[in-house]
Amino acid sequence: MKVLVPVKRVIDYNVRIRVAADGSGVDTANVKMSMNPFDEIAVEEAVRLRERGAATEVVVVSCGVAACQDTLRAAMAIGADRAVLVATDAELQPLAVARLLHAVAQREQPGLVICGKQAIDDDASQTGQMLAALLGWGQATFASKLELSDGRAVVTREIDGGLETISVALPALVTTDLRLNEPRYASLPNIMKAKKKPLETLTPEALGVDVTPRLITVRVSEPAKRQSGVKVADVAELVRKLRDEAKVLR
Amino acid sequence: MTILVIAEHDNAALRAVTLNTITAASRIGGDITVLVAGHGCAGVAAAAAAVAGVSRVLLADAPAFEHPLAEDVAALVIALASGHSHVLAPATSFGKNFMPRVAALLDVAQVSDIVGVEAPDTFVRPIYAGNALATVRSIDATKVITVRATAFDAAPADGGSATVDAVEAPAGSGLSAFVSQTLSKSERPSLGDARVVVSGGRGLGSAEQYRGVLEPLADRLGAALGASRAAVDSGYAPNDHQVGQTGQIVAPELYIAIGLSGAIQHLAGMKASRVIVAINKDSDAPIFQVADYGLVGDLFDVVPQLVAALDAEPG
Ligand SMILES: Cc1cc2nc3c(=O)[nH]c(=O)nc-3n(C[C@H](O)[C@H](O)[C@H](O)COP(=O)(O)OP(=O)(O)OC[C@H]3O[C@@H](n4cnc5c(N)ncnc54)[C@H](O)[C@@H]3O)c2cc1C
Repeated sequence: MKVLVPVKRVIDYNVRIRVAADGSGVDTANVKMSMNPFDEIAVEEAVRLRERGAATEVVVVSCGVAACQDTLRAAMAIGADRAVLVATDAELQPLAVARLLHAVAQREQPGLVICGKQAIDDDASQTGQMLAALLGWGQATFASKLELSDGRAVVTREIDGGLETISVALPALVTTDLRLNEPRYASLPNIMKAKKKPLETLTPEALGVDVTPRLITVRVSEPAKRQSGVKVADVAELVRKLRDEAKVLR
Repeated sequence: MTILVIAEHDNAALRAVTLNTITAASRIGGDITVLVAGHGCAGVAAAAAAVAGVSRVLLADAPAFEHPLAEDVAALVIALASGHSHVLAPATSFGKNFMPRVAALLDVAQVSDIVGVEAPDTFVRPIYAGNALATVRSIDATKVITVRATAFDAAPADGGSATVDAVEAPAGSGLSAFVSQTLSKSERPSLGDARVVVSGGRGLGSAEQYRGVLEPLADRLGAALGASRAAVDSGYAPNDHQVGQTGQIVAPELYIAIGLSGAIQHLAGMKASRVIVAINKDSDAPIFQVADYGLVGDLFDVVPQLVAALDAEPG
């Protein structure tokens, strides 16, 4: 069985982002970019499935600018076998990405797609579910455990207030939560090997997908800052402030 | 405009987030219909019908909806969506699961996790863990929207007198099946609904200490327990306690952050709390930058002292 893993290039999670002065977006010039952490977990899970014989091939796909090749190479350094880049400089929103991935999935015919549950830039948490709907597949989102048996994926999902286990017929789509696994560090030899693995480049036009955004960004602004508070000397002062000033004690 | 709100509930009661979502709908303006999909949930439909501002309730009562699966809920919503200008659901693990399917099947964009309504087609939403706010305008015919509950007040649970109409549920897709559920059992309020949240981080050091130190304080304040990712990853607290960009978003009256540093991913989940208290032994910890009251000290000394001081308080 082939596993397809979409990966997104995002601003590294350690970077303190800056809102562009003209309100058009967030500054990305000279900013460290990395693979979306949830997608790294997805790649790791797919590679583990192959390593334990449940999958035969791991294909990673990214949509966006040419530099997404770096993200794809990083995924292949974790252990993915080959990569597909859908190259475009256009702004891509989740629906457009889902439609591109749908087209790629139709070419690749995977038995399982594993996506990150959200990207840490737009925090939309849409692409996986949208792709599952377009494919007409079942889905298991926010997975913290994944097992394959008898043509089904049995998935433990993180839900508000606890955990839920569902069983989804394959082919299926799974989105990863933080506790699914801890991605390995790519070793230097594997980073070198990844440079030689196949990377195919496609375009939205070649896939016949219109990626025109449906949401227009009117402006991007800084959130209001919280007024900075005070340090209290001891517990007695804290309780006094909570009681008399903040009035939060009952 | 006609707005369809998908209710979140547990077949017995409406979850509070549904009331916040209804308020977001009334900010958009127009006629509000609430869909209650579940099993044996007529009482929930009656509760939804009593919410101020709701004009109609649709009740899809079927065994398949006892534990709602994304494929089936999306199919039901699609069947009912036509004629509605907006479809809204709370941005919880319930709403986030099926709403993008609805959007994709309608071939429209979804606007995720809105915190403001500027116009019926223009919404404000946080991006980059809330470090920026994007105002976006949707050009699609149907607006599919998830709502951050903490950004909208709850609609009054009474004062309404909507009609309740039963609707046919489409046959299940059979693509997925519910197996089991383990909900954290607790006498405490749930994280999303609590007036006070006591949250612990890596500084707690172990699961025993997380419980031993934090529970007396939570009990005294009637608080829910929360945690940083580090505390969850280390096994001090269950997964569903995680507060943050990729955990739960909370905005209680009082948030007490204990032995956690205040990484941006954590702040994203609690910055909107009314009053924030931080207890940390590192006076430079970033959590102090958002705290109204910061106390520098060893949590193992300070928290028991705080419990004792609160016990000495009248009331
Ligand atoms: C993709 C991604 C998503 C993430 N999502 C989230 C999220 O949703 N929520 C989240 O919380 N994090 C999230 N994180 C993790 C985040 O970046 C931080 O690593 C995490 O929040 C740190 O947890 P912490 O503050 O408990 O630990 P630390 O940063 O290690 O802080 C521990 C603090 O405890 C203090 N301390 C230690 N001992 C004591 C003592 N005896 N008394 C008093 N103080 C003491 C220390 O001074 C320190 O400030 C995410 C990270 C990534 C990459």
